[in-house]
Amino acid sequence: MTDHSKADLDDDCEAMTPSRRAVLGAAGALFAWSFVPKFAYAAAGSRDPRFLLVVLRGALDGLSAVPPIGDPDYAGLREGIALTKDGPDAALPLDGFFYLHPAMPNLARLYGAGQASIVHAAATGYRERSHFDGQDVLESGQAGPGRTDSGWLNRLIASLPPGETVSRRGVLGVGVVPPLVVRGSAPILGWSPPRMARAGPDLMQRLSDLYGQRDPGLARALTQAIETEGIALRSSMNGDMRGGGGPDSVDGMKRIAEGAAGLVGADDGPRIAALAFEGWDTHANEGGAKGRLAQLLGGLDGALAAFEQGLKPVWKDTVVMVVTEFGRTAKVNGTVGTDHGTGTIAFLVGGAVKGGRMVVDWPGLKPEQLYEKRDLKPTTDIRGVAKGVVSELFGLSGPVLAERVFPGTGELAPMRGLVG
Amino acid sequence: MATPDDSRISGIGLQRFGLGARPGQPRDQRDAARESMLAEVARGIVAQPLNPPFSGAAEIGGALFAFEDKERMEREAKRIAGQVQAMQLAAAPPNPQTAPNPQVPVAPQAPAAPQNQMAQPAKSANEPPLPFRTYRDEVVARVQLALDAESGFAERLVQFWSNHFCIAATKSNIGRSMAGAYEREAIRPHVFGRFEEMLVAAESHPAMLDFLDNRLSIGPGSPAGRRRGRGLNENQAREILELHTLGVHGGYSQADVTNLARIITGWTMVGREAVLGFPGSFAFNAGLHEPGAQPLLGKDYAQPGKAQGLAALTDLAHHPATADFIALKLARHFVADEPPPALVASLSEVFRRTQGDLAAVSRALLESNVAWNAEPTKIRSPQEFLIASYRALGRKADPGQILGPLGVMGQPFWQPSGPNGYPDTNAAWASAEGIKTRIDVAAGWGRQAAGSVPDPRALTEDILGPLASPETRQTVARAESKPQALALLLMSPEFQRR
Repeated sequence: MTDHSKADLDDDCEAMTPSRRAVLGAAGALFAWSFVPKFAYAAAGSRDPRFLLVVLRGALDGLSAVPPIGDPDYAGLREGIALTKDGPDAALPLDGFFYLHPAMPNLARLYGAGQASIVHAAATGYRERSHFDGQDVLESGQAGPGRTDSGWLNRLIASLPPGETVSRRGVLGVGVVPPLVVRGSAPILGWSPPRMARAGPDLMQRLSDLYGQRDPGLARALTQAIETEGIALRSSMNGDMRGGGGPDSVDGMKRIAEGAAGLVGADDGPRIAALAFEGWDTHANEGGAKGRLAQLLGGLDGALAAFEQGLKPVWKDTVVMVVTEFGRTAKVNGTVGTDHGTGTIAFLVGGAVKGGRMVVDWPGLKPEQLYEKRDLKPTTDIRGVAKGVVSELFGLSGPVLAERVFPGTGELAPMRGLVG
Repeated sequence: MATPDDSRISGIGLQRFGLGARPGQPRDQRDAARESMLAEVARGIVAQPLNPPFSGAAEIGGALFAFEDKERMEREAKRIAGQVQAMQLAAAPPNPQTAPNPQVPVAPQAPAAPQNQMAQPAKSANEPPLPFRTYRDEVVARVQLALDAESGFAERLVQFWSNHFCIAATKSNIGRSMAGAYEREAIRPHVFGRFEEMLVAAESHPAMLDFLDNRLSIGPGSPAGRRRGRGLNENQAREILELHTLGVHGGYSQADVTNLARIITGWTMVGREAVLGFPGSFAFNAGLHEPGAQPLLGKDYAQPGKAQGLAALTDLAHHPATADFIALKLARHFVADEPPPALVASLSEVFRRTQGDLAAVSRALLESNVAWNAEPTKIRSPQEFLIASYRALGRKADPGQILGPLGVMGQPFWQPSGPNGYPDTNAAWASAEGIKTRIDVAAGWGRQAAGSVPDPRALTEDILGPLASPETRQTVARAESKPQALALLLMSPEFQRR
């Protein structure tokens, strides 16, 4: 959307009004439906956990976000975009070998405070280089592309005992188009930063009735939308977040994070959410300490700070996991950018993270150490990381995770000790 | 005389393959929807928007470079003026009454001091800068065309192909200014032509070469590559294979991607220096082209220069995987998220047999009874919804009421978030948040149109006619107000699904 179309739109904007409360009654029955038979389940104690998944669409360059400056081959591969450990725009120190991009001071602070871990040289099981198949694999949780009827967060919820708070609250997918990772048979809540005047409750009620008589698909979508808006109202979110850029802009990322935190942090809100930030496909003029990628990483860093702020009362029980479909070429390409690659990073951030650590089995950057002599070789499976996090947060057993959430990963053990 | 059942099927066909009914269209015309769409294919002409802001990409290029140069000069002037002011402040004696020190030099390049600029703003407050203005005017022109179209089958195909070969206006000033021209130059002329021609027109258009970075890609062994030490960018080559022709399962390898990238080195856009033509137009720059034969999908391409890329694109256009991929996308777009396999197979067969004759493929789609008689399951995309609503309400193409609503509904023109274009399934558009946003938008349109629609019940009969369910008729009739009745009509299942 252009700046100018936004200006045009503002003419038609007014704040959401509390009168929308009136429609909430219609949604009361939504979560009455139960899901699946009970699976082996170990209660996760008294914790009321929150889990937010951030998908970076376009393939984040992990070697720029978390540069291995201590690797003797790093600088040579990255002519024109390499980061340095000293100088005016020095990267931020992590463990003396890995550094953090200077645009991410909040993440560096959280890492220092033991509330962030960084997984490096990681990937899903996907080994081709299509964004869209890569994202499908990342979000569907399936072994390969083409199976996109449901996402792993939805199946995670559907695998929990029906009475649990987590499953009753459904999964939140931020955006007008919900990310694949939340799609499926368990209830999906939708939300995006409000950008125009809301329709009145009476119109919603009439459509709800009409859809109920004529169109079950639309009826279900509308009921879920009404439910989410109720949560937003009860947690005092308002129209302040209107305007600003999209999910590829610094302020857009911040607003989306604030909104998601408001909903997930609410007592009656969803416990699990997924959102996506865009624009990471840096084929040309990627930039180093400053430039295009730096700006995006700054946006992500601001979003992490917004999560921390917005989820303050429940931060100790929160894990934010940041993932991307794959990495980028180890060597800079012909246009001072990077092409599609394989291994990359994932971030785990939150008060529930056993943080301050790099989780990595570093493969090295010499030509023969690269995957197909071009990409950072993946040595850690992101699905093992995700399985570890959600098993410790939600108490799901290994077999359930391997059968339902990440099918066909029986050989891949959940990584232990990520959550404290 | 058409039976009520035939009328209903025709009504669905108008929505499935067209842009929706307009008030007052005679019933017999609507009942003949299929024949009139087939006649549209037979004519083989796709209209062009009237009065676009620029005739084409080359003209935009010149204007855009001039605009950017002017912006740069203004920034530079501001910077110098700021320095001069700082020097004056530093050099001025403490008494403010004293005149400025005549010794301080005034930068001769500075055309205006900051206070002058503030007194006379360079642009009118409401008139956006050139790239935004051009984008806006292109959108208005193409929407007006859709509002005026008879059935709108050709316009729907334009939307389909524009999304298949999508670019993103948000990528750069070039993308924003040229998005409309791209659709006019690369898509519209070929909608009833040959796939191969559309493919070449799209891949060689400056807007595409900018969007997928090929204009920057340099053959490492080319004169420029050896001199400058820069090299390949494989972005466009990959998307040609994955998204534009074979499809991701079309049987190519990483080596094919890299080799196709080598093959199309030199396909670029003329820069502001205008060495190879008009700035902003396509050029093949031999100095960037990787020399030598390249293998692609097991075949060697040894042609010189641009002919190498043309030969590769021709073969890709005629590849059986391309036929399957296009057939599936067409059937999914028009008929069902999971289209009947027999329909996909027959469209693919026509594509192959006719070597990608898109008129023949379009005809086969209309003539298929499986496609024509299917129950409406797909929800209209936001763009379809906007155009169908504006046709039904008799509205004009007003920029603010196009850009804003399409932005909030998630489908502004030419701005998909990735090169795979906008999604084409209910899972994407019939989401909870998507429906809620649509209702908000429809409520606004209902308020705005209430004054010009005499009777929403009559409009419901006129627009939906045999499609309207008793429940929808009753819901509209019992609305508490005219704006609400119109919103209910636009949000009724029969209007939303096609």
